[in-house]
Amino acid sequence: MAKTLGPVKRKFSPWTDPNAVPFIRFENITKRFGDFVAVDNLTLDIYEREFFSLLGPSGCGKTTLMRMLAGFEEPTEGRILLQGQDIGGVPPYRRPTNMMFQSYALFPHMTVEKNIAFGLEQDNMPKGEITARVQEMLKLVKLEQFAKRKPNQLSGGQRQRVALARSLAKRPKVLLLDEPLGALDKKLREETQFELMDLQHTLGMTFLIVTHDQEEAMTVSDRIAVMDKGIIMQVATPAEIYEAPNSRYVADFIGDINIIEGKVAETASALGAPGAVRIESEGLSIAVDQESQAVKDDHVAFAIRPEKVRISLDAPADTATNAFYGEVWDIGYLGDFSLFIVRSEDGRFLRAAQANVSRLVDRPITFGDMVWLTWSRDAGLVLTR
Amino acid sequence: MANVAETNPVTSTGGPSWTRWLVVVVPYVWLILFFVAPFLIILKISFSDTAISIPPYTPVFEGFGAIGDFFSQLDFENYVFLTEDPLYIWSYLSSLRIAAISTLLLLLIGYPMALAMARAPSSIRPTLVMLVILPFWTSFLIRVYAWIGILKPDGLLTLLLQTIGLMGPDQQVQIFRTDYAVFIGIVYSYLPFMVLPLYSALEKMDNSLLEAASDLGCPPWKAFWKITFPLSMPGVIAGAMICFIPITGEFVIPDLLGGADTLMIGKTLWTEFFGNRDWPLASAVAVILLIMLVVPIMIFQNQQKKVV
Repeated sequence: MAKTLGPVKRKFSPWTDPNAVPFIRFENITKRFGDFVAVDNLTLDIYEREFFSLLGPSGCGKTTLMRMLAGFEEPTEGRILLQGQDIGGVPPYRRPTNMMFQSYALFPHMTVEKNIAFGLEQDNMPKGEITARVQEMLKLVKLEQFAKRKPNQLSGGQRQRVALARSLAKRPKVLLLDEPLGALDKKLREETQFELMDLQHTLGMTFLIVTHDQEEAMTVSDRIAVMDKGIIMQVATPAEIYEAPNSRYVADFIGDINIIEGKVAETASALGAPGAVRIESEGLSIAVDQESQAVKDDHVAFAIRPEKVRISLDAPADTATNAFYGEVWDIGYLGDFSLFIVRSEDGRFLRAAQANVSRLVDRPITFGDMVWLTWSRDAGLVLTR
Repeated sequence: MANVAETNPVTSTGGPSWTRWLVVVVPYVWLILFFVAPFLIILKISFSDTAISIPPYTPVFEGFGAIGDFFSQLDFENYVFLTEDPLYIWSYLSSLRIAAISTLLLLLIGYPMALAMARAPSSIRPTLVMLVILPFWTSFLIRVYAWIGILKPDGLLTLLLQTIGLMGPDQQVQIFRTDYAVFIGIVYSYLPFMVLPLYSALEKMDNSLLEAASDLGCPPWKAFWKITFPLSMPGVIAGAMICFIPITGEFVIPDLLGGADTLMIGKTLWTEFFGNRDWPLASAVAVILLIMLVVPIMIFQNQQKKVV
């Protein structure tokens, strides 16, 4: 948003500090709608000034969790603490949180100005201060010349900005964003993502965002909670979620990944290297340098991201381990990189991505070529869940 | 692309052009035959003089030869008379007063009903709407007569109050043939016309607007006046107009439930036409009534335009 040099973006990781006090704490939260369990005994800590994402497919309980924090739903069991205070039973209009709604929920009979002022008027702020704050907000979202318009006279992107300004106007302790950018086109969405990050950084607020768009969550968040069926699968930084997913579900949900099911053939002691595992999977032998809980004969999955798989026309030195031989079945040209889908003789598929570093139109590897896919022992990981 | 754009207006609307003309012309012909023409006749009669004959007024149109003579006999005498006898002015004012109070009562009763219907679980909403429309399955006249049975001094209401002990056996409810009975009858009869437009306005409202208001610190009772009520304004105006206009000209309810002193223009009109057989004066009363009601209709239309 603002091009000024804000506070320096320092490394921010209060969750690694055992003495840090969580700003928001969901404590053993369960929410049932009739027979349906939307949120299942969930515990989660969010720290002050954190940009936190709840990520998951629709129906995973992420919106319900956010609505419980806003006060629109009450947990069936468990409690929610905000700065150490149980906020159970506090109605939404007395909570220090503000929400940006997925539908924006702008008041259609009020001008942009009136919409932004609405929350401030509820606090009986003096008129002069309200005017000043509204001007400040309009400037922040670059809508000064639209102050007198009604929401139906604005474009989707402008409405989204009004909704953002309205939810920020009261300077809430926590800003809740429910799929905030869902209705915007890709270009505008990416732009807005960076603006949101800047805003959050400048204003020093805690942001909680609900999204099903993994790219969005990866871009904006300090930490992400990946949810499925009312439980949290993993809470970690975007890099950790991407590089070290803790389960097949998380690995598959975030980004593109090859998952090979197999059986543990040897563990650390037998392999010599500490914390290493060898997996057998129908003729493939995969060695991984990773501390794993897996023991011999466990059914596990080997997961590797396509960009960590090398593709070559020449056979590697070691064709027995971490090597996959097959025919180029399909090529996905994505501009910045190409995705090769390789099919082995016994009909198994493995994908490898290669960055398109040179401006060649004809690639050296093409359809029908017999290729070797190889990867190093630390490129993939063993998933037991 | 250009080709598509050219052919679209013909093909997409379907059928040859005369069918489209028919659709437009039929309602207009209907209006001209059954509204404009009768109104012009009434207008003409209102400028005529009473006569003891058939029809009971002069002049009578006797061909174009005598047209000059015909027009020279028309005058504003009846309209002048309306201003001279306070009965008519009082009738108009009393009608407007009864219509205004009834509309207000209808709003006060209808709004909570419509709101409750709109907030009810969507599965039972159709049933609730049907219950509102249900009285229409019985004749309007029978329903008004039923109120006589309830309100008359030895009627059901007296019986009920005596049974539950709120009233001694020698006391009777004295509502029948008063303005109260008229209000009860009007509010009862017109309630669906108030509830349905209100319901349709409230039902369309996005619930997230109220959540947003609450989220921004606005408690529910304030949110009603700041969000719900302003957004339901088109429904309020539609309901008020649909009720106010016909109530002003209401004849049956004041005649059956009202007393001798219940003054309404519809009743006066009926007396002039059929009691006194003074068609010219009665026509003048009708013309003034129509003009009076055109004003709220125009306000209504103006509001509708704003909404669209």
